[in-house]
Amino acid sequence: MKYIEEFQDPALARRLLDDIHATVTRPWALMEVCGGQTHTIIRHGIDQLLPEQVELIHGPGCPVCVTPLEVIDKALEIASRPDVIFCSFGDMLRVPGTGRDLFQVRSEGGDVRVVYSPLDALRVAQENPQRQVVFFGIGFETTAPPNAMTVHQAKKLGIHNFSLLVSHVRVPPAIEAIMQSPSCRVQGFLAAGHVCSVMGVSEYPELAARHRVPIVVTGFEPLDILEGVRRAVRQLERGEHTVDNAYARAVRPEGNPAALAMLEDVFEVTDRAWRGIGVIPDSGWRLSARYRDFDAEHRFSVSGINTREPAECRSGEVLQGLLKPHECEAFGTLCTPRSPLGATMVSSEGACAAYYLYRRLELGTVPAAATTPQEASPVV
Amino acid sequence: MCLAVPGRVLDIGEKDGTRMATVDFGGVQKEVCLEYLPDLQVGEYAIVHVGFALQRLDEESARQTLALFEELGMLQEEFGDPWEQAAAQAGADSPWPFADGPFGGEATAPQHVQEEGRP
Repeated sequence: MKYIEEFQDPALARRLLDDIHATVTRPWALMEVCGGQTHTIIRHGIDQLLPEQVELIHGPGCPVCVTPLEVIDKALEIASRPDVIFCSFGDMLRVPGTGRDLFQVRSEGGDVRVVYSPLDALRVAQENPQRQVVFFGIGFETTAPPNAMTVHQAKKLGIHNFSLLVSHVRVPPAIEAIMQSPSCRVQGFLAAGHVCSVMGVSEYPELAARHRVPIVVTGFEPLDILEGVRRAVRQLERGEHTVDNAYARAVRPEGNPAALAMLEDVFEVTDRAWRGIGVIPDSGWRLSARYRDFDAEHRFSVSGINTREPAECRSGEVLQGLLKPHECEAFGTLCTPRSPLGATMVSSEGACAAYYLYRRLELGTVPAAATTPQEASPVV
Repeated sequence: MCLAVPGRVLDIGEKDGTRMATVDFGGVQKEVCLEYLPDLQVGEYAIVHVGFALQRLDEESARQTLALFEELGMLQEEFGDPWEQAAAQAGADSPWPFADGPFGGEATAPQHVQEEGRP
């Protein structure tokens, strides 16, 4: 969709775009951190509506994509055990581990269940006292409070057959890592609105000042993205670098204090490996000592994990914004949503999957035989 | 998982000492935990993420967002059957790899799709 008429409020979309076009005088590179925003941008062709000088670099903010391979492999091993009921969010089912995924573990007889909420997994544990119930706790600062509350409840209610396989990640250290990279081209950030609705914005002013980049807290709908870009470009053109909240309807500066208090109790900050990127210092959460008994990694001695990423997969470069998905040789040929080489092609929030869904025909990177006109997105 | 959806509180109760509510998302109803927004009232809207209300939202914003999600088939993606979606993505039943079709609505099956195998 590249037609401005298809926006919810085409007149407003036009005004925002006109303002961006009128403001820009030279090239700028902005990074949208969140995969949800990447999906919106590609789906609605926002990058193609913007002036040529404004480049959107897609960031690493897709938790499905950055969950480390060894954690996926641990999940697969735990889920294969006959005494375990393994609960997960649905979007982890097809993330490739070394050679298989949770979907396959289930077809081989593993008891893998998809839940809408981590509290549903706790209920499964209450209903199955003779089984070990493990919940796959991944995600950014938005899924961390629900998982924290669930572990807190398990402890409070004495549900000892429940544990959490934790691989939480945090946005600000990722922004720091991106800015530290010698090949970094990012001049401004669209920060993930829902992360900030939990965390508030207090972590960002220091980052913006030290790296001299505007950081605009941005929502997820097409008009939100346009407004985020408009404010970031305006700052860049004026030589400013402040934190600006363009998503005030959902983000208060202080975030959600009750959620922050729970995170403080249940989790502690730790270094975390990001799939395709490597270890980023202080970028993750693990269970704090008070809740260590509920840590699945401690409960199940997961051993002999021998992880191997496919050599053809360049998702690490995609996640760092160094490579656009279609610039990877495997894109659309060796690597498709049906047989993904890397996690960025699995999740609908992964940049590769978004390009495959909405762009691959116009990019002309896919052999003609593999596509039909009906498969194409409606762009001409 | 990553989608946060605005919903309207229909009623409020308690389960295992936790404040819970029935929340309506454009016709789909779910049990949602209110512990992080303890003063949320019946009739109010909140942004809900994996079964937890995380932040209040005004009614007009919420309605607009829900209408957009509905139009784009995103509510189906969030609340539909995840196994069906994963199977579709794996190419088991449907040649279209995602739950939503290429036009944001129903998945439209292409006439003939060549299986992409590895050479």
